[in-house]
Amino acid sequence: MADKPRRLNLNQKYQLMTRGLDWETTYQSMDDVFPYDKYEGIKIKDWDKWQDPFRLTMDAYWKYQAEKERKLYAILDSFAQNNSQLNISDARYMNAVKIWMQGVTPLEYAAFRGYAMLGRGFRGAGARVACQFQSIDEMRHYQTQMHAFSHYNKFFNGFRQYSRIRDRAWYLSIPKSYFEDAVTAGPFELITAISFSFEYVLTNLLFMPFVSGAAYNGDMATTTFGFSAQSDESRHMTLGLEVIKFMLEQHEDNLPIVQRWLDKWFWRGYRLLGLVGTMMDYMLPKKVMSWRQAWEIYWEESGMALFNDLSRYGLRPPKYHEVATKEKYRITHEFWSTIYQFSHATALYTWIPTNEELDWFSAEYGELFDTVYRPRYEYWAELHKNGERFFQKRLPVVCNVCQIPIFHTMPDDPLMNCCLVTEYKGTKHQMCSQGCKDIFDHEPEKYCQAYIPPQQIYQGNCGGATLEAYKEWLHIKEEETGEYYGSEDHRMWEEWKAQAAGTAVASA
Amino acid sequence: MAENVFIALQNNPDARPIIEAIVDDNPAAVVNDSPGMVKIDCPKRLVIRRRTVEEKIGGEFNLQDIHLTLISLAGNIEEDDDEFVLHWNI
Repeated sequence: MADKPRRLNLNQKYQLMTRGLDWETTYQSMDDVFPYDKYEGIKIKDWDKWQDPFRLTMDAYWKYQAEKERKLYAILDSFAQNNSQLNISDARYMNAVKIWMQGVTPLEYAAFRGYAMLGRGFRGAGARVACQFQSIDEMRHYQTQMHAFSHYNKFFNGFRQYSRIRDRAWYLSIPKSYFEDAVTAGPFELITAISFSFEYVLTNLLFMPFVSGAAYNGDMATTTFGFSAQSDESRHMTLGLEVIKFMLEQHEDNLPIVQRWLDKWFWRGYRLLGLVGTMMDYMLPKKVMSWRQAWEIYWEESGMALFNDLSRYGLRPPKYHEVATKEKYRITHEFWSTIYQFSHATALYTWIPTNEELDWFSAEYGELFDTVYRPRYEYWAELHKNGERFFQKRLPVVCNVCQIPIFHTMPDDPLMNCCLVTEYKGTKHQMCSQGCKDIFDHEPEKYCQAYIPPQQIYQGNCGGATLEAYKEWLHIKEEETGEYYGSEDHRMWEEWKAQAAGTAVASA
Repeated sequence: MAENVFIALQNNPDARPIIEAIVDDNPAAVVNDSPGMVKIDCPKRLVIRRRTVEEKIGGEFNLQDIHLTLISLAGNIEEDDDEFVLHWNI
């Protein structure tokens, strides 16, 4: 009897399916075929040293992704068929999902485009294959998220016209500018920014505690696409770590370039994640963990272990990470206070936390919360009770780099606003922090061109120079903005809950 | 500070034999339960052995199948047909 044909082991299969697929071009020079992978100054001697530790090949990729999709859509269908939107903890929770759809999902699409570019841009075949997988993954995340949200769109405000909002809403320039900054950099900076700084170092904070929180709050749809996406992310993170090691092993001249990118993209990612922290702390009625605790687990423990590992290449932890750690006691409260004052100009609702929630904050955040933020909330609650719900009358000044309203405070003084200014070519540019100012000052010609929505709005370029004219141009309706209590979402939610309670009594 | 690596898996029946195998093969592993998710921390090195998982499920197991339940991880990865290892070089 003939021997059974021997199966290739994982390593052989990977070598065969990712190497020798390309060739040295002869009609055109390699530099003309791959024109962008040298100008950033990253020196690569041997592209074949690129390794994907998961050794994922195209056949395995399709098999696993198909299986993941089958499971995901079965759950989404069942979620919709069973009216599971009624099982979430509270309709306030939906605002976290709105932020996800308005702010995060378009980033998935931007990542799909970015990685498609990288899948063409690197001259090493192993790197191109990994980027192509990731590009398809990102498109999948965009599609599955939209599919999940389409169900919520039938029941809650804030989900319609997402693409117009993405293009026009002033507050969504925060996530949008982050990605546009990355894709307008060179290919090595883009992959460092997204695969390493964002995905390895920071996305655990979004996809682990927040998505686990979604599970705890009964949102099976978000939990399912979240964890399904994150299983791709763990592959992307691994790619990110390999990219860093690969660049540093290839040439010593790469170290200062990579270090500067890590400094920049850690800070940009951290600023963006302040929004995620706020979703976790304020928009999950049932709490899994606070932002402070998540920061301790995922940055102070895991992030530092990672940078200890990387120190053998001469890398140090990113600049200003100590500032981020100091801010863990305040950043979500400063963020929420700001959204609270401006939610009449967003497709979101905001509210003052309940007394039980304020007690939870006191326990998690201690004295600073009790002395600074709690009294502010109590004051606003009092105003609201007297029919004077507090909203700002004008849009805020935003940071020229991260585009977040300039609400952050000085690293060592949570009562002193931080606003730093660089004058460039006769124009003053405001930044929220030394981290963002360093980024501007290193590439002023890039950031002086940033599209800053409040400035454009007040110059009359967005439908007119008043907030009212702007809101009309944005097509935002009054009933989908502002205060949660008394809103359409709130009233409908109360009616559904009362119906459910009524049915229970009738059938008893 | 303990330099932990970690792996996070979905809390579902597909992941349970993998979690049990990790606990058996890594005496220092600490299992943290969270809604929908199990996160396992282990100082410096964590191994998943194909044979141990196969003992738990009483059948064949391909280590790459962890992609179906994997949520996240931290550490350098070494993977072959028999072992999946996460480690820090510290």
